Amino acid sequence: MLCKRIIPCLDVRAGKVTKGIEFQDNVDVGDPVAMARAYYEQGADELVFYDITASNERRGIMIDVVRAVAREIFIPFSVGGGLRTLEDMRAVLLAGAEKVSIDSGAVRNPEIITQGARAFGSQCIVLSMQVKKTGARPQVPSGYEVVIDGGRLFTGKDAIAWAREGERLGAGELCINSIDRDGTNLGFELDLTGTISRAVSIPVIASGGAGTPEHLRQAFLEAGADAAIVASMVHYGRYPIPLIKRYLHEHGVEVRNGAGSE
Amino acid sequence: MIAIVDYRAGNLTSVASALQHLGHRCVITDRADQICAADRVILPGVGAAGATMDNLRRLELDWVLRDRVIAAGKPFLGICIGIQILMDRSAEDDARCLGAVAGEVKRFPATVDGRPLKVPQIGWNKVHQVRPHPVFTGVPDHSHFYFVNSYYPVPADSSVVIATAEHGIVFCAALARGNLVATQFHLEKSGAAGLRVLDNFCRL
Repeated sequence: MLCKRIIPCLDVRAGKVTKGIEFQDNVDVGDPVAMARAYYEQGADELVFYDITASNERRGIMIDVVRAVAREIFIPFSVGGGLRTLEDMRAVLLAGAEKVSIDSGAVRNPEIITQGARAFGSQCIVLSMQVKKTGARPQVPSGYEVVIDGGRLFTGKDAIAWAREGERLGAGELCINSIDRDGTNLGFELDLTGTISRAVSIPVIASGGAGTPEHLRQAFLEAGADAAIVASMVHYGRYPIPLIKRYLHEHGVEVRNGAGSE
Repeated sequence: MIAIVDYRAGNLTSVASALQHLGHRCVITDRADQICAADRVILPGVGAAGATMDNLRRLELDWVLRDRVIAAGKPFLGICIGIQILMDRSAEDDARCLGAVAGEVKRFPATVDGRPLKVPQIGWNKVHQVRPHPVFTGVPDHSHFYFVNSYYPVPADSSVVIATAEHGIVFCAALARGNLVATQFHLEKSGAAGLRVLDNFCRL
């Protein structure tokens, strides 16, 4: 039986890790390679890096980070942020990432999901979406709307419909980030996560709001998520990963017992 | 020197990084002479069986691996697609494979007991060592390894199976015969347990 995965998320700006509180006032937390190694040794199951600079002149820095991480950690990791073309994807995969995460670029050009899946396999393509509760209406029946460009542009797309569409187009996994919960430590948006988890048959990653190990238990057992993103709760040392796993194990969640090193 | 077979698939650098991290010298190559001269040969990678076999045939490495490496008894490690193409055939692309190990490759069922099964399986799964083998030295039974697969090998001779895992059904997760070892899971992405198996192979 597959384990539920704990995925620390590292927002990287100009080669440095930051953690945004609702995408504003980013503060430096540390060096991405050193943090990746620390999480690997603690037993993180996977890592995700978001390049939040994502402008062309910075791209080379991120590729260097990916390459350095790939030399030192031996668990899967994905890279996202500003990936728009097959060539963008190929560059991070060749640098050593296991998966790419596409977000705004996929909303603007849904074909990129299919092209990426054909070129690299569905298992490489994570469709990530930023979701905000904007109220149910005919165009957005669930009341959950997809937002792009770092939370600035409302698309009028229903998140549940976009999740189904992403699966149909060839995404291998979905990462559902609640903007309302991001950086709040109040827990995942369980209704959103659960609704999407039931609507698709590919793995769903819950994101946004993790503050305690109990929040992860809820995402896994109540909302049916396959993986959960953690950021500030681990970045500031409040909850080491072994402690989170022990809590989950004691509460009936199947988690990986190993760690990195050797 | 360890030869990592380059058949134009991704993920070769991950295996090379892991070997270098463990202190083993390796070369990524598509040259038959380098493969034949190596002490050990690793065929890693993700990809479809049909495309993998097409690439190996185009590079004229299919018979090299089967006759000059595996049949000759040179230590060989297949990872992920590298375990599947050892079989006679694969249901993926209805591909004819190397036939180095009798058996076939099947796809995970879409449902088990009426419940949908997520295919591909992506993630960490528990591996049960059904037969002791030196590659598992220092690796506790039921350790977790990282899998990404829609298909699984079914060797005709079940005595070659050294480990199993369960994803809807129980399937062969690793096999061994003489100096031939192959795993369905990704050793290069399975943390300390994966590195240990890789290191053990390099010391066989």
